[in-house]
Amino acid sequence: MDSVLLARMLFGSSMAFHIIFATLGVGITFMILLAELMRWLRKDEDYGLMAKRWTKGVAILLGVAIPSGTIVGVMLSLLWPGFMEIVGQVIALPFQIEIFAFFLEALFLSIYVYAADRLTPALRLVSVFFVALGATASAVLITDAHAWMNTPRGFTIVDGAVTNVRPLEAVFNPSIYVTAMHVVGTAYMTGAFVIASVAAYKLFRGNLSEREASYHRKGMMFALAIGLIMSIYTAINGHDTAKMLHQYLPVKLAAAEGLFETQDNAPLAIFGTPDSEAGRVIGGLEIPGMLSWLATGTTDGVVKGLYDYPRNEWPPLFVHTLFNMMVGIGFSLIGLAVACWGFWFFFKRKPFPKWLLAGLIASGPLAMIGIETGWIFSCTGRQPWTIYGIQLTSEAATQSGNLGFLFILFITLYAVLLVITALVMRFYFHRNPVSNEWMSSTT
Amino acid sequence: MNEVYIAIIIIWSFLFIYSIAGSIDFGAGFWAMFYLKRQETKAASIANRYLSPSWEVTNVFLVLLVIALVGFFPGAAASLGTLMIVPFCLVLFLLIIRSAFMVYSYSVQKYSNMLIVISGITGLLIPALLISILPAAIGGFIETVGDRQYILLNQLFTSPTFYTHIGFGLSTELFLSALLLSDYAREAQIESTFSVYRRNAIVLGPITLAFAVAAIFTLLPEAAWMVENMVNEWLLFSLSLFAFAIGYSALWWPSKKGEIGQPRVAVLLIVAQFGLASFAYGSAHMPYLLYPHLTIYDAFTNETMFYSLFIGYLIGMALLIPAFILFWWLFMKDKRYLRKDLTTDE
Ligand code: HDD
Ligand code: HEM
Ligand code: HEM
Repeated sequence: MDSVLLARMLFGSSMAFHIIFATLGVGITFMILLAELMRWLRKDEDYGLMAKRWTKGVAILLGVAIPSGTIVGVMLSLLWPGFMEIVGQVIALPFQIEIFAFFLEALFLSIYVYAADRLTPALRLVSVFFVALGATASAVLITDAHAWMNTPRGFTIVDGAVTNVRPLEAVFNPSIYVTAMHVVGTAYMTGAFVIASVAAYKLFRGNLSEREASYHRKGMMFALAIGLIMSIYTAINGHDTAKMLHQYLPVKLAAAEGLFETQDNAPLAIFGTPDSEAGRVIGGLEIPGMLSWLATGTTDGVVKGLYDYPRNEWPPLFVHTLFNMMVGIGFSLIGLAVACWGFWFFFKRKPFPKWLLAGLIASGPLAMIGIETGWIFSCTGRQPWTIYGIQLTSEAATQSGNLGFLFILFITLYAVLLVITALVMRFYFHRNPVSNEWMSSTT
Repeated sequence: MNEVYIAIIIIWSFLFIYSIAGSIDFGAGFWAMFYLKRQETKAASIANRYLSPSWEVTNVFLVLLVIALVGFFPGAAASLGTLMIVPFCLVLFLLIIRSAFMVYSYSVQKYSNMLIVISGITGLLIPALLISILPAAIGGFIETVGDRQYILLNQLFTSPTFYTHIGFGLSTELFLSALLLSDYAREAQIESTFSVYRRNAIVLGPITLAFAVAAIFTLLPEAAWMVENMVNEWLLFSLSLFAFAIGYSALWWPSKKGEIGQPRVAVLLIVAQFGLASFAYGSAHMPYLLYPHLTIYDAFTNETMFYSLFIGYLIGMALLIPAFILFWWLFMKDKRYLRKDLTTDE
């Protein structure tokens, strides 16, 4: 196998691993902040308990998020030296500022976890606020580098050398706003649905005292409220993201939608397989004019197709499926959250039936799949470019050998860590069910 | 070009901070393992107490170092990255195992012994791997074929300087962490643990010094250019030796807080010693990042980027200092944390 392909596989799987823990680090710390706020507003200790227990979970997750982030951070230099040479000259700022966000998060997380008993309530709220701020800021900042790869700005290339660097223009590149909002929104959404999933799982298993059931129900409905808001927001802002692609990276949008011919009144193809010979999506569902409408706001807007580009600049066509999965999951989760809240109002807070709980159990993992497919779509849809229009992936990659060995090493490691982390989580929460917390606080 | 030197001094200071913080962190992991089965002392608990809140922050310094290097010297990322990909990846591999298991052991008491052993062993392997990069960067071990470079592993592994560097790295790590933990134990007013770590520091001090000298002498046949430059840095090296002598002797100074020894003075002076010596070593390395192919001038970023990064670091550090002070006070100073019943968690 050639070293470029191996580098892509190694880096892609490391990112796919990191993103699981990183997204939860962003999403769940946000939920903890909200729970602390609720506790403060409602004077309800149950929310304090949620915050405390979720923090335990986050502490375990971040134990993997941080070193896996260190891995991808260093690997970026190891595997993509050509890329980092341009990054270092043009877009080093967000990487650098991100360090401060990491410090913020790491310092205050240690304070929140190891010194909670010595903090006043106000200081507790302040530290958890800084943890959430640090996590969200690191997501925004790394997304800035990613957005710049899609819409590179702030420099000029003369004879292969980078000149006339304008760092701020690079930082505030055109796609950062919408992309950062999408990444943060979906991370919050995922955090909320993962919490809802776990609570639903407890209720599904049953066998709870009335007190425990009401605690889990409270957590579940709280998470569902956030999940509903964030998923609706995600759909609206996802639409803006698609419009951004239309404006700046039309070839990526074309691949996402499986559109071959440039046309007005372009149809939206849902699922199916794009076929480059037939020049259309086979076996999918087509809604005429919808894509034009989504991308340009009117059905006679012209959307560019793949045939406008040379073959060697096409991204792989399977990104169509990845894109559909992300969007499909987005709409399913809106539907699920609406159904749950509808049930809650309509049946006057009757406990959820098993089928609804089962759906909710799936929501957290589904949101995570949305994150994974979304990212792989975004990075693979940029191929063959690493920096769109500027640097090809093959120019960015390392020349080093040995990658096959490293790939196997890391894949094994990730698999083992996934399993162990899940076991540790299970073990911890199994050993310390909520009921224990009440016992220890009343005695 | 002044900017280049400012940039390399910033890199050096991050390297310095990380090597101190990392030494203490990895060393504490080792001591926690070393004293695991010896229940009569609180040495293991003290090491753990120090380690729990601090490893994350230490880790950020590693990332800071890498990011700063890529930002200020993007050209270095390419050659260093390609040459060192295997050792770096092994470090990363060990690092993730170590951090993950540290967190696991905090959550699952039942396995904590096994987990402490893992963090102890990786606490030795990681610094050894990291320091092995130094002798590889001095030149003799790199071969250029066309425009690709290779490390001559056979030659590296059979060269004495490789082993003296590793010995130096490990003894420094253990020496520094023993010193700091002795100070930490003194701060927590646990005199028996203090004397355990004081004894370790007393033994390790001369060993570290011996390795440092040996590392320089074994460098002679491999990198005469560097030893020549080092001679010019004689002032810094002698100051460093002087700081070592006084700092080491502070372990016997009388003290009001305990029976004998002023570990705080010793820690500060030994850190200063390390700073002086590493600065001298670094200056002797200049202007090469990788001898003889890559100088700091070749690898430097453009001036615009340099200034925006520089301002960024100033602002960021200024904003974070209060957070660091709060952190230091809560975990290094507050008696309620230091002395909290050392047998139970939370
Ligand atoms: C829970 C996860 C999730 C969900 C439900 C959605 N997205 Fe998304 N999407 C992401 C998670 C995500 C992501 C992982 O966060 C991505 C990857 C790269 C990025 O910037 O965000 C992303 C990227 C991404 C892109 C590509 C941006 C680029 O390549 O720069 C588009 C066009 C959309 N999204 C559009 C949508 C639409 C129309 C959705 C309809 C509901 C949607 N997303 C739901
Ligand atoms: C958009 C996807 C990403 C998100 C949401 C994200 C978020 C996070 C979060 C929340 C952490 C934990 C921070 C802490 O507690 O200190 C983290 C760690 C880290 N991430 Fe990511 N990250 C993403 C992608 C990346 C990429 C592409 C890189 C590589 C350049 C990277 C580099 C790092 C590093 C170096 C750390 C460790 C920092 C430390 O030592 O604390 N991340 N990331
Ligand atoms: C966090 C979730 C992410 C995932 C799952 C992910 C996944 C991937 C995958 C699968 C590839 C290989 C693409 C291919 O060759 O087909 C890749 C490449 C790459 N990604 Fe991402 N990525 C993520 C985020 C990021 C971010 C935030 C950055 C910005 C710093 C980034 C930078 C890169 C680079 C530099 C490459 C290599 C060059 C290239 O293939 O274009 N990735 N990523």
